[in-house]
Amino acid sequence: MAFDRPSADLLRIGCGSGFSGDRLDAPGPVVEALVAAGGPAALILEVLGERTLALAQRERLHRSEAGFEPALLDLLRPILARCAAHGIPIVTNAGAANPRGAARAVLGLARGLGLPELRVGVVEGDDIRGTDALADLDPWEGDAGAVLEPEKVIAANVYLGAAPIAAALRQGAQVVITGRCSDPALALGPMLAHFGWAADDWDRLAAGTMAGHLLECGAQVTGGYFADPGVKDVPGMATLGFPIAEIGADGGVLITKPAGSGGRVDRQTVTEQLLYELHDPAAYLTPDVVLDITGVAITEEAPDRVRLSGARGRPRPERLKATVSLPGGWLGEGEISYAGPNARARADLAGRTLLERLRLLGLEGQARLDLIGVVSVFDGDAGALREAEASSPPDLRLRLAFASESRAAAERAAREVLSLYCCGPAGGGGVRTRVTDRIRTLSFLVPRERLAPRVSLLSLEGEA
Amino acid sequence: MSAVPLHRLAHARAGDKGNRLNLSLIAHRAEDWPLLAREVTEARVLALFAHRGATAVRRYDLPALGAFNFVIEDVLQGGVNGALNLDGHGKSLSFLLLGMTVEGG
Repeated sequence: MAFDRPSADLLRIGCGSGFSGDRLDAPGPVVEALVAAGGPAALILEVLGERTLALAQRERLHRSEAGFEPALLDLLRPILARCAAHGIPIVTNAGAANPRGAARAVLGLARGLGLPELRVGVVEGDDIRGTDALADLDPWEGDAGAVLEPEKVIAANVYLGAAPIAAALRQGAQVVITGRCSDPALALGPMLAHFGWAADDWDRLAAGTMAGHLLECGAQVTGGYFADPGVKDVPGMATLGFPIAEIGADGGVLITKPAGSGGRVDRQTVTEQLLYELHDPAAYLTPDVVLDITGVAITEEAPDRVRLSGARGRPRPERLKATVSLPGGWLGEGEISYAGPNARARADLAGRTLLERLRLLGLEGQARLDLIGVVSVFDGDAGALREAEASSPPDLRLRLAFASESRAAAERAAREVLSLYCCGPAGGGGVRTRVTDRIRTLSFLVPRERLAPRVSLLSLEGEA
Repeated sequence: MSAVPLHRLAHARAGDKGNRLNLSLIAHRAEDWPLLAREVTEARVLALFAHRGATAVRRYDLPALGAFNFVIEDVLQGGVNGALNLDGHGKSLSFLLLGMTVEGG
């Protein structure tokens, strides 16, 4: 089951994590299903959000060996030996700001598990801080007009494609660790290595990218983020099965999940995930191919087995997307509850009082009020929905959010919520406050030729 | 013709990219797709999100999937890294769309 030469055998790719913060015990049942199926297989773990990488970069400033996904070893510990024994490579973007550091940590884990021979592939070159590429960026259409001040950059990473992952697998990596790459590339990489698809076989690359897109958010295609009781019911929410894609050499794609697991895979769950975070369905841009899903047909072949066909591909874009993270000021938040008779009037008075206090103190920033129990997420910053909604629930919670360039101002605003204990309306309770520093991200486009992705193979004996 | 909650006819999921939101809208029954195409227009969706500062809506039609994809600009009040809103991703906004009432039947 090696990935060092092309094969036409069916390839199974399981996903054991759909985001940083996913269930830590999710990969186990997926690995068991891949082992039971017996053929060539790979496992992907997607853990890297846009913002996560900037936080990791900051972490690395404090501790040079840090800066990768902190849960990586917890995810790998239960499955690493099993995957190594059955030739199932693990591909993950858990490297974040420090893929090499993550690889060293994985090798340390392998030593403890009695796997001294483990080979870990590292993909680098996504981090463009301090390179020429940073000087050659054009704002992405969604951030038109953005101006970059290089000295303020916390993180600057380009979305790499599947080729470096495939290269690491061909060289025998049993775990591949990347920083920023497109999420579907985590799955497309093993397909390229296994099937030997050409880099311009656009329809197959499109089919593989579509499969990767369906896998990348884990349970979101198997009944997670889907249940709506009485409308869309999902069995076994506490034991959701994470997805497995069965990929054919011709680009055939079937989505399923481990037998006996919770959740569901059908036309509805697959359609929701197919369109997730998509803009133009005829042009989903990835580093490897431009995917067109407008002609895709979805067929329920058997319970929890859904086939997709008709993905079309066009040549990959000449410029790649880069995410640049910058300091984004501070956010001060505070909440306080009012319940029982006249709760709405007391909460409204508390809100007006807070806004007047911010004005009297002359704090510079932007404030927003929410009345949790009346409206907590649908409203605009001006509070139009809150003011239009006259209802007076018996138990509600006032929230102040205050964004400022000044940490002191954000802290002071949050403190004003605390001060409502003694100086606010009657019966306020349960204050919580929080002050966080914020990161602003902008997207840019960078010419492909500016980048030089690097692949290395590490083992306990050193670098191969 | 009678007023029907969109929630009865379709399901939806939200995704974000910066200050842009995409909302899929998927008919529960394929035969309701034309009704949704007639009722859930770009203009109505823009009006639904106007209080959040939405500036433009583009609807992509996917009849083969019984679905639509709406892309809404500037609706996330700065997005996950800039918003004061508790839900900076706008993940809950699929249900703001499903709260719309349409003329069915």
